Amino acid sequence: MESAATPYKSVLRRTPLNAMHRRLGAKMVNFDGWDMPVEYPSSGGLMTEHKAVRASVGVFDVSHMGDIRIRSGGKPGGALAAVQHISMNDASKLAIGQAHYSAMLYPEGTFVDDVIVHRLGEDDYLLVINAGTREKDISWVQENTKNFDCVVEELSDAYTQLAIQGPRAVDLLQKVTDAELNGIKNYWFTHGTVCGLKNTLIARTGYTGEDGFEIYVPSDVATSEKVWNQVLDAGREFAAVPCGLGCRNTLRLESKMALYGHEISNKINVWEAGLDRYCKMEKGGFIGRAALEQARAAGLRRALAGIEMIDRGIARDGYRCCNEVGDAIGVVTSGSPSPTLGKNIALAYVPPACSAVGAVLYVEIRGQKCKAQVVPTPFYKRPKKTAVQQLS
Amino acid sequence: MAYPKNYRYTKEHEWVNVEGGLATIGITDYAQHELGDVVFVELPKPGTKIETGKSFGNVESVKAVSEIYAPAAGEVIEANGELQNTPEKINTDPHGSAWLIKVRLTNAAELGGLMDASAYEAYIAAKSTEASA
Repeated sequence: MESAATPYKSVLRRTPLNAMHRRLGAKMVNFDGWDMPVEYPSSGGLMTEHKAVRASVGVFDVSHMGDIRIRSGGKPGGALAAVQHISMNDASKLAIGQAHYSAMLYPEGTFVDDVIVHRLGEDDYLLVINAGTREKDISWVQENTKNFDCVVEELSDAYTQLAIQGPRAVDLLQKVTDAELNGIKNYWFTHGTVCGLKNTLIARTGYTGEDGFEIYVPSDVATSEKVWNQVLDAGREFAAVPCGLGCRNTLRLESKMALYGHEISNKINVWEAGLDRYCKMEKGGFIGRAALEQARAAGLRRALAGIEMIDRGIARDGYRCCNEVGDAIGVVTSGSPSPTLGKNIALAYVPPACSAVGAVLYVEIRGQKCKAQVVPTPFYKRPKKTAVQQLS
Repeated sequence: MAYPKNYRYTKEHEWVNVEGGLATIGITDYAQHELGDVVFVELPKPGTKIETGKSFGNVESVKAVSEIYAPAAGEVIEANGELQNTPEKINTDPHGSAWLIKVRLTNAAELGGLMDASAYEAYIAAKSTEASA
């Protein structure tokens, strides 16, 4: 037996919580050059961690994510103009304290990276970017904002970022902060004291499809470990568990959230990825817009479809999709058993004609054609809170 | 979990137990721990010939697919059908009820090169040290 998560020995980047993860006995893997916990056997492992986030709350170290601040160079509006130029969503619609999902595009209309844009102040923005694309993103931002009156600052190593996710995340975090969390709407943020740390950025964002928060604290080891421990201690009454990247992936897949290098990349454009609603063509010029206009006129060549296996077998990243007679029609970008649904699910790029809900297709699993069908996405949607729950 | 003294072990973390001319093959506790939650098992049908060092099936966890390699050549007599519906047994009883296949060995002497329990325990202890270094 050869495990894909073979232990390794090499120079990998570490978050300030690396020693903590090792003390907790986490299984560590190389994720995009980072030595990260994939699961914690002491939490019960991936499946248990996944279910904890859906049912109650889990805590993730996501300090490998990068942060870029773009603020005014003097004249007001310089930072906004720069953000508008390099990202596809309309940042002019953001209020101070609000965030949105967006992406930076190449002139071809394909992805440099997806980002969360936070408006920190009058002309002051924070872009949270992916770990594996950090260097590329930063040079991209620096290069493409040169002609704007703004200051670009990389803050990636300044923050330890924790994601506290799940229906009880709000109850957990409220125990360690003076900020009024019920007043923060989804994709809004505030600053407050968290675990005694003043002026901490608290955002109601996440990558799990559940309610939850991401907090940004100073990245020294002592502070990072103190906050990690205090958050987990506060979570004990909600059975909070440390969660690794393994369940982060299954949670985001169930919620059909894109992962760079899988659903989005420099080869895939916005329309193919189905991220139309975050791309504001009417806002004016931005990098990639012209190519997207052409692509729209030319029509879709492939579309991202959610599929569910009918035959026994698990569709995995990179497996081929084919039709009844075995002709290749597409490829799986992410595939996994779904711990919430108890089914084997996947996202795949297929021709638009094959992407309608109910369409049958096949996934080639180790030479076998296994039957699957297109299903509605997201695979999982969190239940809406009832009025009673909201009041409590 | 203890490694049975009468089993033999491979570097790829399979175990073999020979009883009455029939070899039972499974994966070790170390292997199941490395894999995490096992959700799927694919095994050969009875009658299949397996070859030394070649893959004869797969064990899948949520995260990954792992091939299982034959510790010796032979013919599959039985595959553990129960694992189809309860693959998670591999996590709880890898050395017992979650055996994978029973094989009639072509040449039992092939097993001579495998590790005994104490050699295997030393082997995985060295691996863990390496991983945490």
